[in-house]
Amino acid sequence: MFFLDHAWLVPLIPAVSFVVILFFGKRFPQKGSEVGTVAVGASFLLACGTLVQWIKRVQDADHAHGVGAAIGALGRSVGRLGAEGTAAQVAPVVHHLTWFQNAGVRLTVGVQIDGLASIVMFVVTLVSLLVHVYSMEYMRGDRRYTHFYAALSLFTASMLLLVVADNTLQLLVGWELVGLCSFMLIGHWWEEKPNSDAALKAFLTTRTGDIGLLIGVVMTYWLVDRATGGHGSFNILAVNQAASSSKVGHTLVMWTALALLLAIIGKSGQFPLHTWLPDAMAGPTPVSALIHAATMVVAGVYMGARLYPVFWHGLSIGTPGHGGLNAMALIGGITVIIGAALAFVQDDIKKVLAYSTISQLGYMVMALGVGAWTAAVFHLFTHAFFKADLFLGAGSVSHSGSHHSFDMKKDMGGLKKYMPKTYATFVIGSLALAGIFPLAGFWSKDEILVNAGHNGYQAFVVVGLVGAFMTAAYMTRCVYLTFHGEYRGSVEHELAEVHEAEVFAEGDELIEHHLAEEQDSFVPGFGPHAAAAHGDDGHGHGPHESNGFITMPLFVLSFFAVFAGFINAPGVEKFEKWFQPRVAFVDVSTAKFSVILATISVLIALAGIGVGYAYYWLGAGPQRLTDRNPLARSLKHFLVMKYYLDVLYTDIIVGSLKGAIADGVYWVNQHVIDNVLNYAGRGAIGVGRFTYEYIDQRGVDGLVNGLANVTGEAGGEVRRVQTGRLQFYALILVLAVGLFALALWIFT
Amino acid sequence: MLLNQFLMLSAFLFCTGIYGVLTRKHTVLVLMSIELMLAAVNINLVAFGAFHNSVIGQVFALFVLTIAAAEVGVGLAIVLLIYRNSHSADLDDAHALKG
Amino acid sequence: MVGGRRVIAENVFFGIIAAAMAISALGVVSTKNVVHAALFLVIVLAGGAAQFILLGQEFVAWVQVLVYIGAVIVLFLFGIMLTRAPMHPEGSLGNDLRWPAAAAALFLAGILGGLFAHTFGRDKLHINAPIRTADVTNAIFRIYIIPFEIVGVLLLGALIGAVVLARRD
Repeated sequence: MFFLDHAWLVPLIPAVSFVVILFFGKRFPQKGSEVGTVAVGASFLLACGTLVQWIKRVQDADHAHGVGAAIGALGRSVGRLGAEGTAAQVAPVVHHLTWFQNAGVRLTVGVQIDGLASIVMFVVTLVSLLVHVYSMEYMRGDRRYTHFYAALSLFTASMLLLVVADNTLQLLVGWELVGLCSFMLIGHWWEEKPNSDAALKAFLTTRTGDIGLLIGVVMTYWLVDRATGGHGSFNILAVNQAASSSKVGHTLVMWTALALLLAIIGKSGQFPLHTWLPDAMAGPTPVSALIHAATMVVAGVYMGARLYPVFWHGLSIGTPGHGGLNAMALIGGITVIIGAALAFVQDDIKKVLAYSTISQLGYMVMALGVGAWTAAVFHLFTHAFFKADLFLGAGSVSHSGSHHSFDMKKDMGGLKKYMPKTYATFVIGSLALAGIFPLAGFWSKDEILVNAGHNGYQAFVVVGLVGAFMTAAYMTRCVYLTFHGEYRGSVEHELAEVHEAEVFAEGDELIEHHLAEEQDSFVPGFGPHAAAAHGDDGHGHGPHESNGFITMPLFVLSFFAVFAGFINAPGVEKFEKWFQPRVAFVDVSTAKFSVILATISVLIALAGIGVGYAYYWLGAGPQRLTDRNPLARSLKHFLVMKYYLDVLYTDIIVGSLKGAIADGVYWVNQHVIDNVLNYAGRGAIGVGRFTYEYIDQRGVDGLVNGLANVTGEAGGEVRRVQTGRLQFYALILVLAVGLFALALWIFT
Repeated sequence: MLLNQFLMLSAFLFCTGIYGVLTRKHTVLVLMSIELMLAAVNINLVAFGAFHNSVIGQVFALFVLTIAAAEVGVGLAIVLLIYRNSHSADLDDAHALKG
Repeated sequence: MVGGRRVIAENVFFGIIAAAMAISALGVVSTKNVVHAALFLVIVLAGGAAQFILLGQEFVAWVQVLVYIGAVIVLFLFGIMLTRAPMHPEGSLGNDLRWPAAAAALFLAGILGGLFAHTFGRDKLHINAPIRTADVTNAIFRIYIIPFEIVGVLLLGALIGAVVLARRD
């Protein structure tokens, strides 16, 4: 099968395009954007081919399996081939090559194409292609247009590397690369400090989660090692089989799952590491659409789905204990609620969408946590479309409607009549997000809820329904503030825009009649490229509809937002059949479609819309409550301050580390450690000196000198006998003789 | 006559001679004291010879006598030499062998 | 004569001569006058000769007088003259070794005296007649001829030595 066997081309082509754009991009007539778009287009076609061939593979296997079953069961009347209950074992297509080996450990780079990989590849390449097209208009005249496209290509290549990875090490590499690209792209306009701060915050917060990934990847190796009795490996199929193996202790699998869960929390913006996502909106809107809505942030969820047996066994998802709770579902559930709550108090349209993304990612993680694998991946699939649609719609609004501002309250309003196409696609995206039948979001969100109930996690059904209500309400608010009411964009903004600086443009995109006198009259969060971008729209500056490059991707995404849900509708259910892994997987049971729950969820969503409609269109309910009521005001302040989490992280944790702990450590180093060294040195010197003075000089030398002196003095004393006087000698002689005589006399 | 009286006499003379040898400053006087000692020895020898009624005492004494004479001759020659070199016959001045 | 009277006379003469000798000996070692010391020595030697005769050893007595007093003393006197020893009393009595020397001498005297007294006690000398000179010379020239010759050589050596030493050149 050509596409399945050559799926490694899919990440390779954007990687090559990255290198080409980086070195040669400026020489191309469209400054490298055409190279990037064509490359991603090619990858998209290859991904489509892969997807089609995979589906065919599954169908062929089921067909053969079903035939065999039919032949084997003569007595039964088998209506359909490949009926349920006779699912064949369809193995993923794996290709790899070893790039390093040592002592039996083999490190490989390769592709593992199964259902999950092929559908996510499809999503990534499609959204990336649409973003490439969109950016041709949106980023026209930008100061670093070529590098933007280079970074987009690199990002696409890295994300695809992650998606097709057949081993956890490669997954880690892809993960880190997308983190790097996110950093680069958020800080695309890094000359303004808030942008570079946001980029750093994103990078460092996800880095905190990556500690978990690193530990988790290492532990996956050991899982395989335990299961196979000594042959460790990073291979994902092997890891999944090992997690299900009975030879591996439950504790090891649990800690692996928890470590990987930490990585998901960091990358996919779960509580408590979600704080980077809203700030990441400082990057260009296409980046937000691609990376922070559709693809990169779902990398965590993707990893969870890929290594699902680890989580299933480690967190005991199949057997809900503690009254229907486990760590993954709990974190997902909390994220759903807090993300939705924060979306209510945002004035920046992109921030509303960012918190909405956080909330929807919470749904996906919660779905994995309650054992609804297919529902989670399906929601990932549909969410990519409508969230990208919403983000690109917001970009269109700011590009053409609100003079590059994203502030709903100040600069938007009443844009319905000026930007009908954008309005239509935005509303479709909002309805899909809210989960209104029959749009895509309804099917995926409903599937999550019904599986939660079926698997014993009833609490999370409630959480999901509350989240649905809140989602519908805040999106209604957003739509109202943006498109309805009176246009609030002022004439001053128009004039200011005319005088905007265009100093940073890439060379020949400079439009002479927009040369600036002042340099800094822009809203933080976007770049001063706008003047040039309006070259083709003329200078009659009211809000107007965006051009084809922008609206065409919106249409495509809206199309998918409407129809993508049917792929897993009851009676069809192709998503599960085609994409749920059959090999090295766990026994997830899938609930059947429940009409009751579906009706309840649609009603709740409609209620949310209704509440929003009443409050904003009709002016009913407590208007301006926070002005009157101090409790409401402080609650709102609590939300505006994002639950003081940023204060906690930046000021308390980092601040204390930077300040007190760093000072303390420095003090210890200077005074304690250096003192130990100094005293050791001085001690050594002192010992040396003592040895020299006392032991050597006085002791040893004294001994030696003393011996010499004693000898000398003894000699001197004895010498006095030698007087040189004869009579003295004679005296001695006489005395001696006398003594001898005496002795002789006595002894004889 | 007792033998002892001669022996005691010789002992007395001998010790007097020793005292003279050790004490006198003038070299010639030291030589004289040596003569005294030799005389005492002679008396001793002869007394013993008489005691044993043999000539051996005399003979020995004769030889001692002869040697004494020779020794005095040589000794005085030495004294003369010393006196010529240092113009002093004082024994205390002859301490060239002092260690 | 009666033996008894002879004994008494011997003892008396011995006593007188011994006393003279003792006093003269002390004079030798203590007198400040060198010539007086020589003359005291003469008395000692003469007394010695007399003692020899008392002991019946006449030959050695006369040899002593002849050689000792006659030659040796003369030699001493010559020596005194040649070394210009002070003729008149001068200088101190002795050097600083007096008391140690006295002690040593007394010590030795004590030992000798004690030894003699202890060993010989009251042995008597029996001298019947003086010893004949012929017997003495017989002994010298027959029994003790070799020591005699050696002594002769010795004398020769001493003579030559003294001449060599005292030569002025």
